[in-house]
Amino acid sequence: MSKIGLIIGREYFTRVRKKSFLITTIMVPLVIMGFYAAIIAIAVKGGTDKQAIAVIDDGGLFKDSIPATNSATSFKLIRNEAERDFISKYKTQGFKAFLYIPAFDIKQPSGFVLHSASSASLSTTSAAEKILNDAIIDKRLVVQGIDPALYKNIAANVSVENTIDTREGGKKSVAAIAYGVSFACGMLIYLMMIIYGTQVMRGVTEEKTNRIAEVVISSVKPFELMMGKIVGIGAVGLTQFTIWIILVLFVQMLLPLLAPGLVDQMNNLSTDAAGRASMAATITQGISSLPLLKIGLSFIFYFLGGYLTYASLFAAVGSVVSEDQQEAQQLMFPILMPIILGFVIMMQAVNEPNSNLAVFGSLFPLTSPIVMMGRITYDIPVWQMVLSMLLLIGCFLLLTWLTGKIYRTGILMYGKKPSWKEMVKWAFMKS
Amino acid sequence: MNLLEVKNLQKYFATQKAVDDISFNIEKGSIFGLLGPNGAGKTTLLRMITGIFYPDSGNILFDGKPFNAMEHASSIGYMPEERGLYKKMKIGEQAIYLARLKGLSSAEANESVKEWFVRFDMQSWWGKKVEDLSKGMSQKLQFVTTVIHNPSLIILDEPFSGLDPVNANLIKDEIFKLAKNGSTIIFSTHRMEQVEEICDHIILLNRGKKILDGTVTSVKQDFKENMYQVKAQILPEQLMTHIFDVVKADPGQLTIKLNDGTTPNEVLQFFINQGVAINSFNEVMPSLNDIFIRLVEGTHASRQFQRI
Repeated sequence: MSKIGLIIGREYFTRVRKKSFLITTIMVPLVIMGFYAAIIAIAVKGGTDKQAIAVIDDGGLFKDSIPATNSATSFKLIRNEAERDFISKYKTQGFKAFLYIPAFDIKQPSGFVLHSASSASLSTTSAAEKILNDAIIDKRLVVQGIDPALYKNIAANVSVENTIDTREGGKKSVAAIAYGVSFACGMLIYLMMIIYGTQVMRGVTEEKTNRIAEVVISSVKPFELMMGKIVGIGAVGLTQFTIWIILVLFVQMLLPLLAPGLVDQMNNLSTDAAGRASMAATITQGISSLPLLKIGLSFIFYFLGGYLTYASLFAAVGSVVSEDQQEAQQLMFPILMPIILGFVIMMQAVNEPNSNLAVFGSLFPLTSPIVMMGRITYDIPVWQMVLSMLLLIGCFLLLTWLTGKIYRTGILMYGKKPSWKEMVKWAFMKS
Repeated sequence: MNLLEVKNLQKYFATQKAVDDISFNIEKGSIFGLLGPNGAGKTTLLRMITGIFYPDSGNILFDGKPFNAMEHASSIGYMPEERGLYKKMKIGEQAIYLARLKGLSSAEANESVKEWFVRFDMQSWWGKKVEDLSKGMSQKLQFVTTVIHNPSLIILDEPFSGLDPVNANLIKDEIFKLAKNGSTIIFSTHRMEQVEEICDHIILLNRGKKILDGTVTSVKQDFKENMYQVKAQILPEQLMTHIFDVVKADPGQLTIKLNDGTTPNEVLQFFINQGVAINSFNEVMPSLNDIFIRLVEGTHASRQFQRI
């Protein structure tokens, strides 16, 4: 047993002490923090970067000015210019684009054109559409004999808040946050399984082609060598995770101390940015509404379960190929298939967490680590959770037992790549 | 006292009888040569002795007890023909790691590695990686990692390939020293001149079967062909005799093959009667190389696939 410990130690420390480990471990959170910072910077800076759009109103929709929209787009009425002539002029006058309103039928408004040098952004077109729609509604109200001011008082704009009732009381939930967290968890498991799985495969192939496997196997059982490698690399994955979580928490705690001005600015936002401030509050609220402990524990379980299940498959593939990378690609494909399938089902499951497909995907052990994480923020019946975990453990044990035998034979075979038939024969061979 | 006794060992693969009913004994402290052409089954045999493969049938006794791979792993050092080391791992760490896998404690491994590095003048290699080493250097390192845990059985598969004469001698001396200190050595090769020089006892495998077993001297004795070499100042042009045939005639030197029933004394008598002044007269022993070729020749040069 102490020998498998030695192997785990070697696999773990040679990887953790590499410069590339340090770089990826530090860089990834930095990149995430960079995103954070960019988002905050944009939120604070917000609409300073206004763009002006000229409007030629041949339809007589606007009287003397155009009401400001909330977005970064402002509109200016241009008089005494024809559409055709103005096309060549608007840029020199400092406009990004210009909106042409022809004479139109109030019952069936059409023919509005937005001229621009390059294709206009979605926010620009939607801002233009908003001012047109508002103006047309006002016009129609007047036609119908309704005071627009009265209409504004009548119009309703409500939003529905989702409260999750727990024993501790109600918690506010935010659908988008639950969706985002589910998706992120599933995605992360998917990536980790592929990244660390291929690391196991490469490590095994390296040992085989270096012929060190023969030396080591004369000291330890092949199974110990395989499990040592799998566990060692899995531990690297967990270490990386732990460092990330600690770093993220640390930076989040430090951020207010390092940049107090930023927080003040966030609090003193003008009414224009009030919406954004409340969005930040919503995110915080949304995250706090999630069962974080459950998510964290399930994540660790499904990461380990999924990783261990696939790692043994990757190890078996690594043991049968030689230096030829193309052979490895070919053999890897059938292993990647269920992982990718899991990812596809997961995308479905975050939208419809209780659909038949999602339930099947989260029980089937080859897809369950990814799909179950995609459903994790939603309420999952206990029996499904338990069954899924048991199936995953069972699948891991069975696959490790079978692949261990393929590995034992493959690691000492050189030359021709064995066929699937041969590999199946090895797997069911008596020891 | 035999360190290793192999009895009726058998290992069949799908299309090969790799090892087919082989038995032999290896005496403690001896240097044992395992010979055979490519594909004779040497590597498979060695893999069974090191516990990498399980035999299909037959058994192995190690030091009088049934061989158990896990129990005896620490008593065996195996250097496979294809050298294997972790390319990216530091050399000192690697040697310690491999020693610890053989069951040495951290402190023992450290001490032993340092000692061997001094002996082979490798101290400056400690922090380097294997990929920085030349082929010969990594060969030396491989040898050190094989013997580092002071095993009672050392198995060397082609230990001198890729080594210059100086380093080959260094390792040869170590092999003798290890044998003198009680280690038993199995030496697998097809370089016959090394076998003659180093080994006490040899077996020859061909196509999975043992076709020769004995000490180097006894094997040569068994395969000698009554050949003698005669050197003299002047040799007569024509030798009319029925007691021997001339195999090869060079100026001042004759290689002759004695006919059945002829003794060397009769030959000497014959030359003396002819008035030839003999400088030397000695028996020509067959080289292991000749024996090897004679035994293996005629069979298929490479193994054929067969149904089992």
